[in-house]
Amino acid sequence: MKLIELQDIYKTYYLGEIAVPVLKGVSLTVASGERVALMGASGSGKSTLMNILGCLDRPTSGAYRLEGQETSHLSPDRRARLRNRKLGFVFQNFNLLPRTSALENVAMPLIYSSDHLSDREARRRAEEMLRRVGLDDRLDHEPSQLSGGQQQRVAIARALVNRPSILFADEPTGNLDSRTSEEVLSMFRGLNEEDGITIIIVTHDPQVAEHAGRLIHIHDGVIVNGALSRSTNQFHGSRQSAAAKSGDSV
Amino acid sequence: MTGYRTVKTAVRALRRNPMRAMLTTLGIIIGVAAVIAMMEIGEGSSSAIQKTIATMGANVLLVLPGSAASGGVTFGVGSRLTLTPQDCEAILRDCPSVLSAAPVVRARTQVVYGNRNWVPSAMYGTTSAFLDVRDWANLSEGEPFTDRDVLNANKVCLLGQTLVRELFQGESPIGKEIRVKNVLFRVVGVLTTKGANMMGSDQDDILLAPWTTVKYRVAGSMLASANQSVASGTSSSVNTLSNLYPGGQPGLYPERSQAQAVNNPMHVRFTYVDQILAAAQSTEEIPAAVQQITEVLRERHRLQPGEPEDFTIRDMTEMTKTLTSTTTLMTNLLLGVAMISLVVGGVGIMNIMLVSVTERTREIGLRMAVGARGRDILRQFLVEAVVLCLTGGAMGILIGHGGSRLVEKVLRWPVATSPAAIAAAVLVSAAVGMAFGFYPAWKASRLDPIEALRYE
Repeated sequence: MKLIELQDIYKTYYLGEIAVPVLKGVSLTVASGERVALMGASGSGKSTLMNILGCLDRPTSGAYRLEGQETSHLSPDRRARLRNRKLGFVFQNFNLLPRTSALENVAMPLIYSSDHLSDREARRRAEEMLRRVGLDDRLDHEPSQLSGGQQQRVAIARALVNRPSILFADEPTGNLDSRTSEEVLSMFRGLNEEDGITIIIVTHDPQVAEHAGRLIHIHDGVIVNGALSRSTNQFHGSRQSAAAKSGDSV
Repeated sequence: MTGYRTVKTAVRALRRNPMRAMLTTLGIIIGVAAVIAMMEIGEGSSSAIQKTIATMGANVLLVLPGSAASGGVTFGVGSRLTLTPQDCEAILRDCPSVLSAAPVVRARTQVVYGNRNWVPSAMYGTTSAFLDVRDWANLSEGEPFTDRDVLNANKVCLLGQTLVRELFQGESPIGKEIRVKNVLFRVVGVLTTKGANMMGSDQDDILLAPWTTVKYRVAGSMLASANQSVASGTSSSVNTLSNLYPGGQPGLYPERSQAQAVNNPMHVRFTYVDQILAAAQSTEEIPAAVQQITEVLRERHRLQPGEPEDFTIRDMTEMTKTLTSTTTLMTNLLLGVAMISLVVGGVGIMNIMLVSVTERTREIGLRMAVGARGRDILRQFLVEAVVLCLTGGAMGILIGHGGSRLVEKVLRWPVATSPAAIAAAVLVSAAVGMAFGFYPAWKASRLDPIEALRYE
């Protein structure tokens, strides 16, 4: 099943009068349960693509279907709801609320969810997620009392608390040393293999990318390889069309 | 996102920075505390001023008999005798807006003690209610005469300070006997100093006695004769002879025998008083009191609808106006001060909330990324501002109230607790939170999640 389907996505930013094209016709499919690494140099457009995939941003043109639902025309509120229900985010700099316990950090997305869990239920869910990432002995620790790896695991627990189908990780190991990076990455792998959560990692680090089941390279606003799910097996056609489009727009 | 959750989240966010929250609310705390203290002290002073003006007689209503007319000639107020002591009782009984009422019989004659004499400017026969009406209940010496004294026409009297000074010269007058038209009055009490009234006439130059005594032993019943200075003394012979109640008037006609009385029963003779003094419950109730007294008297005097009244009611409009304008001025002044301090506090809140929004840009971005909508963010920051303001308001009320109590204890200023001010302070601080919290909250809700997440 195609979880994510991008069709001919363009994204252009305007700096005053000057149009800056960032994505120049990206087409991409991701099947449910895949583990994907999105790679590219800085300025290649991978963050923009990630934002569009994460429903944080809207493409200038093109179609984006998430679980078969067209999202590119949704209002900001509807996209917020979608992010809350289906997507989880892990950031390079963790983005935990300071002076707030791990438990409360993890439970935070629940207050914006539409199914209004009771306090006890929310707490139970947050505890469960922290246990899942191996931090059940650190429930009441504040971020400043946790190591980088632990902080990132709290962030992962927070991303998982609403039981999303996709987890986006933007340079998740960028602020971690190699040992804790390894821990975090193996945790992603576990989540992917055991819970079947689709994981999309944005990175520029080839070592991180190695952990992914599939690599997508993006260069200068176009995907240079890995645009299609292996299962769909239409690799070449897509690559050629992407290359052609990049040629057009340059 | 439920309301309860929002408040909880807001409180949690504020607790992350307690020092700053505290300093932010300081503006509101000081503002509200100042307002509450000012209102309470102001209200206290205001009611003290009101009381002072009330002792000048602002609440007093004067009921006078109407004017007689004969052949197109009217004789002015008091020329007709229509008011009875029973009218006074009825007013007191049937008019809820009337606090107390006293009949007044006036006389003007010489008072003698030892080798000194004086003609007081006012010699009133009345009841002890007169003291309540005129706010004079605290005597400087002795006790007021009682209703029993009135009933029995006892020869007792109260003296004003001027009279005491003129007659007694430092001696205590209590228990001494003075002569009024050859009737001996025992002095039972001395009034406190009241000074001159608004017209400049001395209010302490007064003698108060039971109206029965004055009417039947001292004065003729006519206002006209009461106005004569040092009365002609036509009735003195009667007064010296009679100790009876009701005392005998000089008999114009020969005594009737019992047989004559049975054969020709005489009409009931009404006893008239010169005026009735009534005090309204409060300044605001004066119009109601006038209305009620008019109704009661019209009914008692059996006046047909459309028939002109045989009495007039005077109130102290001038004083009442002064009173009202003083109070209004005071209230407006305090309100002005209150508004300024609360606006200053509100600006402080807005300032800190703006800083807070900037500082927490990343947090806002994160909350948006995990599914907070713009309105969730707006609500969160708005609730934070309102919670800050309400907490500040509550603390301000406590501090302000404590402060005014302290002022009452230490400086002995009059203080009145004002529930209205407290309610207003709560409402205003919530409103300030809303008004000044809105812009920062709106700014926060309009942030772009991507920009916000990237914000350093």
